[in-house]
Amino acid sequence: MKNRYGTAACWLLVIPYIGLLWVPFYNFHDPVLFGFPFFYWYQLAWVPITAILTWVAYRSMRHDD
Amino acid sequence: MTTEIDPTALSVFIFFFVLVTIMGFVAAKWRAPKTMAHIDEWGLGGRNFGTWVTWFLVGGDFYTAYTVIAVPALVYTVGAYGFFALPYTIVVYPFVFMVMPVLWQKAKDFGYVTAGDVVFGQYGSRALELAVALTGVIATMPYIALQLVGMTAVLKALGLHGELPLAIAFIVLAVYTYSAGLRAPALIAFVKDIMIYIAVLAAIAIIPVKLGGYENVFNAAAADFQAKGAGSLLLGGNQYVAYATLALGSALAAFMYPHTLTGIFASKSGNTIRKNAVLLPAYTLLLGLLALLGYMGHAAHLTLSSANDVVPALFQTLFPSWFAGFAFAAIAIGALVPAAVMSIGAANLFTRNFWKAYVNPTVDPAGEAKVAKITSLVVKVGALLVILFLPTQFALDLQLLGGIWILQTLPALVFGLFVKWFHAPGLLAGWFVGFFGGTYLVWANGLKPLQAISVGGAPFTVYIGLLALAANIVVAVVVNAATPKTVAARA
Repeated sequence: MKNRYGTAACWLLVIPYIGLLWVPFYNFHDPVLFGFPFFYWYQLAWVPITAILTWVAYRSMRHDD
Repeated sequence: MTTEIDPTALSVFIFFFVLVTIMGFVAAKWRAPKTMAHIDEWGLGGRNFGTWVTWFLVGGDFYTAYTVIAVPALVYTVGAYGFFALPYTIVVYPFVFMVMPVLWQKAKDFGYVTAGDVVFGQYGSRALELAVALTGVIATMPYIALQLVGMTAVLKALGLHGELPLAIAFIVLAVYTYSAGLRAPALIAFVKDIMIYIAVLAAIAIIPVKLGGYENVFNAAAADFQAKGAGSLLLGGNQYVAYATLALGSALAAFMYPHTLTGIFASKSGNTIRKNAVLLPAYTLLLGLLALLGYMGHAAHLTLSSANDVVPALFQTLFPSWFAGFAFAAIAIGALVPAAVMSIGAANLFTRNFWKAYVNPTVDPAGEAKVAKITSLVVKVGALLVILFLPTQFALDLQLLGGIWILQTLPALVFGLFVKWFHAPGLLAGWFVGFFGGTYLVWANGLKPLQAISVGGAPFTVYIGLLALAANIVVAVVVNAATPKTVAARA
């Protein structure tokens, strides 16, 4: 714990903002997965990815409350 | 869509509605405190909700009935653009993870109940407290009214027309919220969320099979959009910035609302909130899949009088009537949980930041609980009257403005948690510019939340909430830097 707000692992939480807010990364139709155009499955995939990154950040903190 | 009364669907609907009503009244005894006559008990459930209660409560509170109806309706009408709800409800959680435990700690340490309390405690300015509290109340009122719009859509599908069913449902809600406080929506949220999960999972598993698979669903929607000449499965080049700024702006605004903050303050610990930032995205996955019901509406070739009917019509057309009744009950109950928490959040604001600040500064916690209970009734009746007597569009426009307004409270509420540099005059000036500047821009754009900007080359549109927030922060920094410390301390 470097300070009372977060740890180095909390910087991982910047990644979803980059992945989702830069639209040119994913505004495509192909490749299609299970019938879903890329635009849709890419964004849906960020749900578990973000949850896992948040979990890593959570594990990195001391839990004294 | 048929609007005849179906006895099976209606019976199932009534069964669940009665079940939830009983739970609402029993909730007063659930995890019962020594006394309910304390605003921490009535308005925050004793600040003792653990991980699971918080997960159900915030999930049920943030993903509202209106969301369940309106997101698929928007996707049905415009396509990819309506999907911004998905990135919005993903990037909100890293923000919650980093900011909300710090805010919770502060509220816990000093006994704060509302955003107004936090701001007054931090800066000692009644004016800034009033600005934040007033913004919270007026942003929430139309949001409550919209829950009634969600409920009306399913009541219509059940064949229940007129205003009476809506009024009955809402009065029942008002009465048990009055007696049980935040414990009522927290307990009901368990039932509501499980029902919504069942209904949506069934829909996304079964409907595509009946409609020839997801590929066919997307193709049917694409064909309809092409024939109509509006809407698309992908974003247009000029929609990129609008999509991203709507997602980011909405995410920053989401936990500034009184109802979401109430869920945060009611948690047992900062860790409860962090764990929920990991677990709540489960609802986001559900919302993303639910949004696709908009496309399924095209594949099912529904004829709709209003896009808001797409979800009820799909259930009615493709499922047996008992299951349609179940799904409609899930959506209607889904309106009750957020409406209850919203009215509690607004009532807490009124009690702490108007009543205690201006009317009766010596009010004790029991007196506060009493004022809050009565206010929650007034707030709900007010929302009901708005829906009964004013055009629905009025509530929609106000809710849109509400998102922009509430976002302007972010600097006052959040900045002080991390830096000690800001003072009340700067933050108040920033709020003023953001609030009124944002309102003006929305009005000037014909009540649309997007402002066209042209930098050199191609024009693009930006979410006005985020523009106003940028202006808000710039003004706050400039005024803060220009104000001498002594003046700042007195303000």
